[in-house]
Amino acid sequence: MTAAIQAFDNDFPVAWCPGCGNFPILNAVKQALVDVELRPHEVILVSGIGQAAKLPHYLRCNFFNGLHGRALPAATAIRIANTDLPVIVVGGDGDTYGEGGNHFLHAVRRNINITLITHNNQVFGLTRGQASPTTERGFVTRVQTHGVFLTPLNPLVVALAFEAPFVARGFAGHGKHLAGLIREGIIAEGFSLIDVLQPCVSFDHVHTFQWYNERVYDLNENGHDPHDLMTAIQKAREWGERIPLGIFYRNPEKLSFEKESPVLANGPLVKRRFDPSRVEKLIDSFL
Amino acid sequence: MTEELNIMVAGAAGQGMQTIGFILGKVFVRGGCEVFANQDNESRIRGGHNFFQIRVSQKPVRAPSMPLQVLITLNQEGIDKHRSEVESSGIIIFDAEKCKVPENDARLLGLPLERLAIEKGGNRLFENSVAVGATLAILGWDFQRLEDFLRAYFAAKADMIEGNVKAALAGYEFALEKAERHKGLRVRAKGSKPKMFISGHEAVAIGALAAGCQFMSAYPMSPSTSIMMYLAGKADDFDMVVEQAEDEIAAINMAIGASYGGIRSLTATSGGGFSLMVEAFGLAGVMETPLVVVEAQRPGPATGLPTRTEQADLLFVLHASQDEFPRVLLAPGTAKEAFYATIKAFDLAEKYQVPVVILTDQFLADSYFTESRFDLSKVHVNRHLLGEKEAGALEEYKRYQITKSGVSPRSIPSAFGLEVVADGHEHDEYGHITEDANIRKRMVDKRSRKMGGLAREIGHPRRMGDQKADLLLVGWGSTYGPMAEAIDILNGHGISVGGIHLSELWPFPGRQMAKILSGARKWAVVEANSTGQLARLIQMEIQKKPDGEILKYTGRPFKADEIVEGFRKEVVDR
Repeated sequence: MTAAIQAFDNDFPVAWCPGCGNFPILNAVKQALVDVELRPHEVILVSGIGQAAKLPHYLRCNFFNGLHGRALPAATAIRIANTDLPVIVVGGDGDTYGEGGNHFLHAVRRNINITLITHNNQVFGLTRGQASPTTERGFVTRVQTHGVFLTPLNPLVVALAFEAPFVARGFAGHGKHLAGLIREGIIAEGFSLIDVLQPCVSFDHVHTFQWYNERVYDLNENGHDPHDLMTAIQKAREWGERIPLGIFYRNPEKLSFEKESPVLANGPLVKRRFDPSRVEKLIDSFL
Repeated sequence: MTEELNIMVAGAAGQGMQTIGFILGKVFVRGGCEVFANQDNESRIRGGHNFFQIRVSQKPVRAPSMPLQVLITLNQEGIDKHRSEVESSGIIIFDAEKCKVPENDARLLGLPLERLAIEKGGNRLFENSVAVGATLAILGWDFQRLEDFLRAYFAAKADMIEGNVKAALAGYEFALEKAERHKGLRVRAKGSKPKMFISGHEAVAIGALAAGCQFMSAYPMSPSTSIMMYLAGKADDFDMVVEQAEDEIAAINMAIGASYGGIRSLTATSGGGFSLMVEAFGLAGVMETPLVVVEAQRPGPATGLPTRTEQADLLFVLHASQDEFPRVLLAPGTAKEAFYATIKAFDLAEKYQVPVVILTDQFLADSYFTESRFDLSKVHVNRHLLGEKEAGALEEYKRYQITKSGVSPRSIPSAFGLEVVADGHEHDEYGHITEDANIRKRMVDKRSRKMGGLAREIGHPRRMGDQKADLLLVGWGSTYGPMAEAIDILNGHGISVGGIHLSELWPFPGRQMAKILSGARKWAVVEANSTGQLARLIQMEIQKKPDGEILKYTGRPFKADEIVEGFRKEVVDR
């Protein structure tokens, strides 16, 4: 049964800034859930802390809103507990690539079947405008007073380095396209990354909707073969006058964590029946 | 014939002392004896100097003891370091072709351990079996008991059986000729009433399986790692996933995630790893997601002494995380307690939706205990989840519904068509972020009320020794064994002493403790830390101050005579 997008609406007031790039991302998430024919109780959203990480509160769903930076390990085990339910992680660039950077690396390696959507606005919103791991060089903030001179982290290249089987980039200004990417990410087996370019209307007056609109283009309409890892890495490094969007890489052949794990291959753990007789045998082995 | 023997197996890391010690222990237990064994290891994989100490007795034993009657040493250093600890009527079994020893020492029994292993067993590695065979010959045991065990022990590795049995027999026959001279060392087999020979952490691990735990995430850290290693070996047979996390922060967040997802989960670490876990420990508290953590203490701070023992994390774990929320602290003293404490930990975690910590330490973790077979007949796994009928009767589902007990209806995501939330902010009854002053206060109160129910779940402190004694020893966790023995020794010396052992520390059983301590003329704490943390907890909770503190913080476990001496100094002679 296909739910209408309204089925995901709730009446909890949204605390984002007016005009924030998070709003179209929220809509795209809902649209994608409708498109894959999930009902609110059939999906789990997992997040940490930050403006983006509040998203699960703004739609009907099961959600786990945990600690800053720690959404991925929680999501990993939520999926291990119940492989019947799709798990979607949402967070910002500071949350996901900064505080949670180590977990990001290992979540890609682990390749469990979850979908990560990063609202990448190159800035810390909730703490008022400090640089994030993805901030471009030269960006001046009240902390980075001489402008950022650290090399920005390129999440797509990092994910590709560990051969994540689904790597995509969306743009908050292209809601329909983004919903399509999220839908593909949910369907794809294994770990999916959808990094979303998101203008911050409060703390970044350079990377506006207009700035991005003048630069973004759809890779997949421009002849990119998403099955070629090396080309994907090349395209992921393209930034500046032209910024590619779309599916950079996909590898449906790669086995996910749950397909590799012989225990999980037998169905969801949460549905197994407990058998005390096995424990009796174990105790006997100590006699 | 003797009632009791202390046997030490010494050598360099990697030489197989653990194997020799374990096989001897199993053969003794299967022969009806009581055995306690502890391990002393350096933080290295090869070389250095380690030992495995076995105490075999006709009566229950739960602590290491000195002096030695038997020293089995696999290298020169073992002789040099431990010769002085062997009684004059004792025996030192060593490789005569590899070690230099002084002449005219009647205790020495040199065997060509390695040569017999190669010649009779066909493999240098079987020298362990040669040593076991020789030892059992001296102690007057039938070879058949050893052979039976070796055949069972190596059942999964068929190519190892014959060589080991032959090597053991070679050692046995070689030593048999000399056995008459050492007949004072014979210890009797008492039939074979089956008892378990099990380490503290093995007991925790099978307790977790008996509780239906299906997920463990951990980052390797001594002395906690043995739990993960054991469970990983059993996971496939128990519908369980054991995941090695990238760090302790991931480990605990995974464990919380799995619990939210609907299965019982566990993480284990030592103090350093728990320091990293602290924020998420608080998350479990405010999210009200059940969680069981084993904190296997070792001396610290920072890296400290990785492979050694201490009890200095009690107050840290009690206060870990910012702000306030209910938690449970259990500190089992024996393998048997560890098994049941683990099952109880999982039950309380889900019944009250709180984090539960099981405090162990290296001494408890790696020591082997002789225990009656664990009894599952009283173990019932109840998940304390929202039932189908209750779910059907709900008008709306409020995950954090404010209730009298403080416990709100918990369900598994998607079950009964419900959306289930978990939130680490302060939240309203629906789990949504709130900054409302009134709701904040009501939520803190709701969570705190769980302490009332939890307090009723905590078992009474265990009384030891003479119940009417007005001199008391008070301890917790792994000091149980050495304390019990110290009490026996003191009573044997005509000093009437009782004891209290706390294996359930929080919520603190204040009323019972106040009652017991009010009846004491003098009392002293026994703790493996430098500041008397239980003493401070008792003062904080019931304003009673001990007359003495018997503290040890060398990284080594208590011996009973140290407690006896401390008690005389701190209490009796004062």
